[in-house]
Amino acid sequence: MQKVTKADIVIIGGGIVGTAIARDLSKYKLDVVLVEKQPDVAAGTTKANSAILHAGFDAHPDTLKAKLNVRGNALYHELEKELNLDIKWTGSLVVAKTDEEMETINELLVRGNENGVPGLEILSKDEVLAKEPNLSTDVKGALWAPSAGIFLPFGAAVAFADNAIMNGVKVITECTVEEILIENGQVTGVQTDKGTINCKYVINAAGVHADDISRTVGDNSFSIKPRKGEYILFDRKVGGLVNTVVFPAPSKVSKGILICPTVHGNFFIGPNAQDIENKEDISTSPTGMSEIIDRAQGLLPHIPLREAITQFSGIRAAADCGDFVIRKSDYAAGLIHAAGIQSPGLTAAPAIAEFVTEILEKDGLQLIKKDDFKPESTKQIIFKELSLDEKQSLIEENPLYGRVICRCETITEGEIVAAIHQPCGAKTVDGIKRRTRAGMGRCQGGFCGPRVTAILARELNISVAEVRKETAGSYLFFEKIPGDCEVKS
Amino acid sequence: MNNHNYDVVIIGGGPAGLAAAYSAKLNGAKKILVIERDRELGGILQQCIHNGFGLHRFKQELTGPGYAQRYIKMVEEHPEIEIMLDTMVLEVSEDKLVLAVNPEVGILKIQAKAVIFTMGCRERTRGAIRTPGWRPAGVFTAGAAQRMVNMEGYIPGKKVVILGSGDIGLIMARRLTLEGAQVQAVLEIMPYSNGLTRNIVQCLEDFNIPLHLAHTIVAIQGNERITGVTCAKVDENMRPIPGTEFELECDCLLLSVGLIPENEISEEVGVKIDPKTSGPIVDQRRQTSIPGFFAAGNVVHVHDLVDFVSEEGEIAGKYAALYAQGILPESYRTINVLGENAIRTVVPQKIVLDDTSIDAVRLFMRVGKPEEKLIVEVTGAKEQVIATKRLPIAKPGEMIELDIPVDKFRDAGEFVVVTSRKAVKA
Repeated sequence: MQKVTKADIVIIGGGIVGTAIARDLSKYKLDVVLVEKQPDVAAGTTKANSAILHAGFDAHPDTLKAKLNVRGNALYHELEKELNLDIKWTGSLVVAKTDEEMETINELLVRGNENGVPGLEILSKDEVLAKEPNLSTDVKGALWAPSAGIFLPFGAAVAFADNAIMNGVKVITECTVEEILIENGQVTGVQTDKGTINCKYVINAAGVHADDISRTVGDNSFSIKPRKGEYILFDRKVGGLVNTVVFPAPSKVSKGILICPTVHGNFFIGPNAQDIENKEDISTSPTGMSEIIDRAQGLLPHIPLREAITQFSGIRAAADCGDFVIRKSDYAAGLIHAAGIQSPGLTAAPAIAEFVTEILEKDGLQLIKKDDFKPESTKQIIFKELSLDEKQSLIEENPLYGRVICRCETITEGEIVAAIHQPCGAKTVDGIKRRTRAGMGRCQGGFCGPRVTAILARELNISVAEVRKETAGSYLFFEKIPGDCEVKS
Repeated sequence: MNNHNYDVVIIGGGPAGLAAAYSAKLNGAKKILVIERDRELGGILQQCIHNGFGLHRFKQELTGPGYAQRYIKMVEEHPEIEIMLDTMVLEVSEDKLVLAVNPEVGILKIQAKAVIFTMGCRERTRGAIRTPGWRPAGVFTAGAAQRMVNMEGYIPGKKVVILGSGDIGLIMARRLTLEGAQVQAVLEIMPYSNGLTRNIVQCLEDFNIPLHLAHTIVAIQGNERITGVTCAKVDENMRPIPGTEFELECDCLLLSVGLIPENEISEEVGVKIDPKTSGPIVDQRRQTSIPGFFAAGNVVHVHDLVDFVSEEGEIAGKYAALYAQGILPESYRTINVLGENAIRTVVPQKIVLDDTSIDAVRLFMRVGKPEEKLIVEVTGAKEQVIATKRLPIAKPGEMIELDIPVDKFRDAGEFVVVTSRKAVKA
């Protein structure tokens, strides 16, 4: 790629927020660059979270969270079709087991109505158990929010990035921002490990590191208090245990341990909430695992632990003020923060993007719509979902669709190659997994891992020893014999 | 769409599938198809380049590929047996229509008269055993690493810790040592190893690799690439004992923590699964709970030696061939075989009594934990003993075989129990 030295706007961070902003700005005649320090987008908080499109009854009405949650939820209905997002509008339940918790959910009902959440109602015990027959029989009632849904956050981020690239945005991966450059209080560019990019506007969507970025211009107006949440994911075999997003009645610190189906038919339990020091600490712990199992059992008494296929954790990029921090910096003209994005950040992301665009416009940036903006992305081919005839003609066109690489999820070589060569293409094994599901099944890449590695090496024209799992330094294999060592796939 | 008809369709071209194909041919099947997803036949044997295979079958010590090659030759000599490589089975229906796909012709609709499941097994993963800690690169199942080293030519690490003392883990400890890697230790959560004794000796002891029994990993370290593991001793309930933790530096962690028969296809067809073996319930002809569906090898129960896998493949191949020809005696009377006391698994789980073509039934059993001076007794419904075997030592990693004339089962009653007791000194 040609070295980028200037732009109108530089977005720092390729998570759901950065990519949503990039996609929104790609509608206008602007030169936009997104920089991401990892080899792939969606590699931070966006890849490890509850993947819920919240209805919007949690946040207090006067907050940005409340405002942008409800708007974001509505926007996903449009984006679902435009960008072929994988969304299931399952609805959500907040389950009460005591009289006190019944009071809590009634408060949530009032708050939700104030926030403009559609269709909220309180269900009786029988109605709850009719929807979710596997829940504990000591439930008293629940708040039902029909507009809640589940989706693939990393799929959405990749879709945003793909569409943004199609519309002219440049995404530069493995590009770490060292500092934001200012002159006389005005942003002049960003200094990265790959050189300087001159620009007038910088959007800080750096997730857990947003405060570190902000501090490079002396802006200490907020700080990120990373809060870790751990999860356990279960096999599709037992995915039918829950049909909707099931929350316990919330406490002050979090929405509690939930039980939630995934768009691909698995289900998970989690997350807990632990304040941590190290922003990279996505480890899981035995105490954390016991905690989420114990608490999830309160809602779902029979959790099939034998069918667990993986555990993971993610970090909430919570700001110290508790709300989203989406505003101009008071320390550097041209720097706009899109920070402190914790739950319901995924849901709010497209609304955050609109909001940031508005801030830019109010700041005097001229927004001229592109005549040739392409709102729709090409639909990804999912071999498993095709009819037999469609499968046959696809293979005749491209035989790689006839070779199944991931046997657990039935993902073909054609899909993997397509994922590498799409506009925002995968460069790592986890990047392939996020785009295609290869390696996400019950064998967790035991079978397809070596094969996916070989395909990546071939398609990216690199050695197998240069293929990485996820982060810049996450190499998988070492050269055994110096010299030529042909790897077939 | 490509439509085909076969007498016997075999899903999986590893040792069980190859033996089944050959035996189906010998027993009169005219059109036999082996479907293999990999680019060559032989299954996991192809990545097992060490020796120790074939002592029972060929009275000779062969390597994995060497053993596989013998069967590949036997199969290839017969035009009745067709092979489809690089082909994945997508679905099998109860009326024996097999749906498969490959890059060459696309979707295949294959109508079989009899189907044999020989899909083998897969490895248990980190997620399944819930090992806590970070999630860096460099954590592999031992078999995946074995494929990379032996077939692709790359090594997974230079300083290695192995969790689990299953045979693949032990073999990989030696293999990586020979490739110049430093194997720091093998950790086993049980107070004994599930690997073959010869592998403990030849793969660990001969190379001074420490084996820590009753130990597990309580944390994995490293943000990008693994940098180390925290180990701890465990109590009798396999819970880590606080205060016993120690660190081992490594750039690679291999997991050899169990194998799971790969029965997604069989379960979709609806054959009954034995929760103890995680494989289909079979009779001595290796027919599953659905007539015309047979199973053999590690898909039925994880074997210790490939020789027994081949033997089981031959049984399944024979009776599938008879079934396809319409000459398999129907089973009017079957009895269940149950394991008890030290006996954790027994295969076959059912005995057909009215198939007069079968003289003897060989039972394969495994104990749940190591036992000394064990007497294995097969008893009938009225607790009458119909067969006995004395074992000075029985290990979970090694199968116990016992041949019993089928007549003995006829008088057993409604079921037989394989039980055990301690030998008492006379």
